[in-house]
Amino acid sequence: MQVEATVRKPLVTGGKTVHDVTNDICRHVEGKPTKLWTAAFGISVITLMIGLVAVVATLWEGIGMWGLNKTVGWAWDITNFVWWVGIGHAGTLISAVLLLFRQKWRMAINRASEAMTIFAVICAAQFPILHMGRPWLGAYWALPLPNTFGSLWVNFNSPLLWDVFAISTYFSVSLVFWYLGLVPDFATIRDRAKGIRRIIYGGLSLGWDGAARTWSRYESVSLILAGLATPLVLSVHTIVSFDFATSVIPGWHTTIFPPYFVAGAIFSGFAMVLTLMIVTRETFKLHDYITIEHIELMNIVIIVTGSIVGIAYITEFFVAWYSGVPAEQYAFYNRMQGPYWWAYWSMMTCNVISPQLFWFKKIRTSIAATFIISIIVNIGMWFERFVIIVTSLHRDYLPSSWAMFYPTIYDMGVYLFTFGLFFTAFFLFAKFFPVINMAEVKSIIKSSSEKTAE
Amino acid sequence: MSDVKNYVLGVYDDEDVLLKAVGKLRATGIKIQEVYSPFPVHGLDEELGYKRSKLPIAAFMFGMLGTTLALVMQIWMLGVDWPMIIGGKNHIALPDFVPVTFELTVLLAAFGMVGTFLVSSDLKPWKDPNLLDIRITDDKHVMAIDIASNKTMEASAIQKALQESGAVEVNEKSREE
Repeated sequence: MQVEATVRKPLVTGGKTVHDVTNDICRHVEGKPTKLWTAAFGISVITLMIGLVAVVATLWEGIGMWGLNKTVGWAWDITNFVWWVGIGHAGTLISAVLLLFRQKWRMAINRASEAMTIFAVICAAQFPILHMGRPWLGAYWALPLPNTFGSLWVNFNSPLLWDVFAISTYFSVSLVFWYLGLVPDFATIRDRAKGIRRIIYGGLSLGWDGAARTWSRYESVSLILAGLATPLVLSVHTIVSFDFATSVIPGWHTTIFPPYFVAGAIFSGFAMVLTLMIVTRETFKLHDYITIEHIELMNIVIIVTGSIVGIAYITEFFVAWYSGVPAEQYAFYNRMQGPYWWAYWSMMTCNVISPQLFWFKKIRTSIAATFIISIIVNIGMWFERFVIIVTSLHRDYLPSSWAMFYPTIYDMGVYLFTFGLFFTAFFLFAKFFPVINMAEVKSIIKSSSEKTAE
Repeated sequence: MSDVKNYVLGVYDDEDVLLKAVGKLRATGIKIQEVYSPFPVHGLDEELGYKRSKLPIAAFMFGMLGTTLALVMQIWMLGVDWPMIIGGKNHIALPDFVPVTFELTVLLAAFGMVGTFLVSSDLKPWKDPNLLDIRITDDKHVMAIDIASNKTMEASAIQKALQESGAVEVNEKSREE
């Protein structure tokens, strides 16, 4: 028998029974799409189409369409890549790390955040692929295959190649984790459905029958997958940070990067989860499953990771000054005072100051405030990557090659394309898949619902 | 080969009642074929006397396979087949091989374990779940007792025992297997 401490707030409110959970979640999958959903989905598809023009132009003409120059050879593309990968960290963190820590509040939000992870990683992958210029010739170069002139292999000393392995492993393991969690819920939908829907969900549910033997194995598989995914999620952003940290560019060549990037990734990922969950909660009326308690707990994670990020910024500065290396000192002085000062101070305001507002209980339990701050955090995290990448590059070793980066409309278009892709995928998921893990929420109805608290 | 089995089904709507019932019925010598639940019930596998799953061992073996493959691949490619000096490092620069080795270990462990799980539990697309009760995936726990394997007891005695253990419903059902 599961017993929950009486000091904990209920995780499911509204006196729900197990049957209510099935009804509440399946209703959205079975019913006709609401007007709000149709409108949101339509806007996403239009965004995707507009962005596609920029993608096609980039592929047709080459990456000269972007604002890159000889000095700033990496700008929005890698900024957007790191930003999306960072967002993609919260899903697996919520489902894997919080599972290992037995945090039951993860159950209401893990499904949607894992979906978010998968879509964010897909969006991230667009940038390195497009940056290849001719990906149909280049994409397989990253695989360990011999080249056409003989058996010259890929360079396993390169962090860019590590990234290929890390991101693809992360994507596929997250996908398996997510799908495995969906199987029992697909079975629930299957058993309520008729006709074509029954055939589709019947296929997806893999003949799930809820036998105790299968559940027992399923639980041990979930636990081990969580154990594997935890170091994996930490390794992915560590390796992304190696792309910078192993170089000799002032401002990049720092050992603090791996933990700092991982904390930043969790920070931005939780912010994106909050943005999406607040929208999902309102459109699908899931107030009894995603409670203020859930939002408050996520906001606490935001304070912690936001503070870690803030300390990392200050440490970076201190170390640059303390190192006594003029190039390093200049790189950081230039971030604050140089031509990109506005990006730097936007980053500081959004990432270091705004999450501190969550120390006030009123703010961290307010839906509107959380929604706004969650978006501000993601704007700040975008600026963080932009600051790290562009300000470190734009002052080259020779002052004659100093330059500025100006994005073209195609840079913006490709970024817009990934937004379209992300939201199109997310809205499709929200309509056709159960947005809340029914089986897991049902298992805590008895111990953590409002009824038992009384 | 179709084989019709006759079951007595005990339907429960509370996991704690179910857990106690499983222990009680097994103590009286009733053989329980299987219990079907809409969500994982902790401790049910122990009450039913199921052994701990060996899947963690499978995961470990697949993980070791991944480690070995990754190391052999990298050492052979960069150290044996086409050695090159990259950044003044050794041909076989082991610290540089750590990230890819780690990723492939996790990849093979995860996929190997999930694959083993799907095969061992016979889960595959479009398999007919052949449910004994449609409410299993909604809100009811169903205990299935095969009448043929409980020779010492009459079906009516099993039904009575189920009712006494707290089942909200007791049914009989035959299923082709």
